[in-house]
Amino acid sequence: MLKRLSTFFYLRPKLILFLQLSPPLLWFLVAYIGALIAMLINSFFYLDGFTGKVVHEFTLRTYVKLLLPTNLQILGRTTLMAVAVTLACVILAFPLSYYMARFASKRMKTFLYLAVTLPLWSSYVVRVYSWKLILAKEGIVSWFAHLIHLDGLLNWYLSSEALGGTSLAVSITGIFIVFVYIWLPYMILPIQTALERVPKSLVEASSDLGATPAQTFRNVILPLSFPGVVAGSIFTFSLTLGDFIVPSLFGNSSFFIGKAVLTYQGTSGNIPLAAAFTMGPIIIMIAYLLLARKLGAFDAL
Amino acid sequence: MSDKKAIELINVCRVFESASGNVNAVDNVSLEIRDGEFFSLLGPSGSGKTTSLRMVAGFDRPTSGQILLYGKDVSNLPPYERDVNTVFQDYALFPHMTVGENVAYGLMIKKISKPDREKSAEEMLDLVQLPGFSGRKPSQLSGGQRQRVALARALINHPKVLLLDEPLGALDLKLRQQMQVELKSIQKRVGITFIFVTHDQEEALTMSDRIAVFNQGRIEQVGTPAEIYEHPATPFVANFVGTSNLISGEVAKRITGSEARFSVRPEKIHLSKTDEKFDADMFSVGGKVRDVVYLGLYTRYLVELDGGGDLVVVEQNLKTTSMDVMQAKDQKVSLFWKKEHIRYVGG
Repeated sequence: MLKRLSTFFYLRPKLILFLQLSPPLLWFLVAYIGALIAMLINSFFYLDGFTGKVVHEFTLRTYVKLLLPTNLQILGRTTLMAVAVTLACVILAFPLSYYMARFASKRMKTFLYLAVTLPLWSSYVVRVYSWKLILAKEGIVSWFAHLIHLDGLLNWYLSSEALGGTSLAVSITGIFIVFVYIWLPYMILPIQTALERVPKSLVEASSDLGATPAQTFRNVILPLSFPGVVAGSIFTFSLTLGDFIVPSLFGNSSFFIGKAVLTYQGTSGNIPLAAAFTMGPIIIMIAYLLLARKLGAFDAL
Repeated sequence: MSDKKAIELINVCRVFESASGNVNAVDNVSLEIRDGEFFSLLGPSGSGKTTSLRMVAGFDRPTSGQILLYGKDVSNLPPYERDVNTVFQDYALFPHMTVGENVAYGLMIKKISKPDREKSAEEMLDLVQLPGFSGRKPSQLSGGQRQRVALARALINHPKVLLLDEPLGALDLKLRQQMQVELKSIQKRVGITFIFVTHDQEEALTMSDRIAVFNQGRIEQVGTPAEIYEHPATPFVANFVGTSNLISGEVAKRITGSEARFSVRPEKIHLSKTDEKFDADMFSVGGKVRDVVYLGLYTRYLVELDGGGDLVVVEQNLKTTSMDVMQAKDQKVSLFWKKEHIRYVGG
């Protein structure tokens, strides 16, 4: 019976492909594309300020509102934060990934894999809260700064208008540190995978042809692992753009996109403006991917 | 070729340490390779030939001993400071660069201007018979073409010595034979010393001026192809280079009158179905054909000798057909060969 069924499908390869792909495709269409389209449509409605109700007619009014200086500032601040977090993650992730891919023994690699992914096992909110303790006024960082007599330096840093605050736990710097901590694994894993796919003989060939290690890195290793850097930065970049928990917990009064979306759709019921805000990161991501393609990030794929 | 020494290995050892114990990959190897020579390192896998080559290239460093390049000790120099270049087994072409950029890589590193290095790359591609390929990507090339690009890339720096690590291993037989001839002619044209690693004895015999036969990290014999083939110094060489019949003990005594171990090549033995008279300068032995393998160009017989032991005999199919040769199975035959064709080998 089972054999007859297998033969039935063996003779109809298109049917099996259809049965195999239709559930995930359906899910993808409804849950992902559908939601995106619903959001896009909503961003062209507007909130009637007098009645407090959403008016369902096509208009660019909401987008005009999005372009108000205060809102542009939120978009700009969030993008800048995402860029900074991504750059910091690349700088921290690359050496470790390189070590994991090229030099680490099998056991060391397994250990590092675990060490990198282990934090992902526990709740995101719990981990973020633990940083609250580390960065708080009476927290580990200020205690340590006091211990090595650098509290003057810390206070001087915190007095800076743009980056500081009453403590690291209530500052842009705190948000940056926690973001880098939270998203780092998403940068390490793709870079490590990309580096592992660069054959050792290519590195040897480059060195054989007279390239110093620095030249080999620039001409061979970096271009070939660039798709991994792009993949990792898509994670860190978009996750930072959309997150609202970290800015809410560590932020001062300055808004980020995620926090703005939360406020507009939750507190003030302005779903069109929240949707329009969300279109911001999507457009930024598309622009980023186009740029990456132009730089040749996907040539080696 | 001159008497100048291009490469000298002096008591070179390479020990790989691992949890399951140390492995002497290269065990006290000393070797001299002359300027302009086509020199092959021949041996089975794990015999130390590739490790030796990698130490000359600088990818690996000897545990002890010295490597001299034209008299200069390079044992502890990194690859990018050695005047040698390598053709890799897997070609190792840079996938993100065009063929032209691959070939010109060495010049790019030396900061030669773009027009100059493009011109040189074109010349090199001409040399390996791939004119006009510079704009393509390595992924668009066949195995044989990639091989040629790898060769052009390694030659563009005009190295003092070119190292080739089983470069023809991945090619099919026809292409391999063609590349063997071509490599040899390119070597003559550029006049560079070639060190060629292979496990294929036929390849080594075809191309080399001299061969070093490796076994278990040591060199068994160094010599010209003819010396290696006709005068194998050890049982290993006799068996690894071509097929050889090794006979010793009682059987040897009945044939030669001495128990000393000797080898005789299968193609030197005549096989006769009649009790022919043979000359006084020949050895002879009787036997029964146990197996016949028809191989087109020639036929291989496995003959069981009267009183134990067996010999492989190869005869060309000059006048015989497959039908004829198959009939020899289970027939009584006599074998004879000239006395000068046996080699006494120790061990």
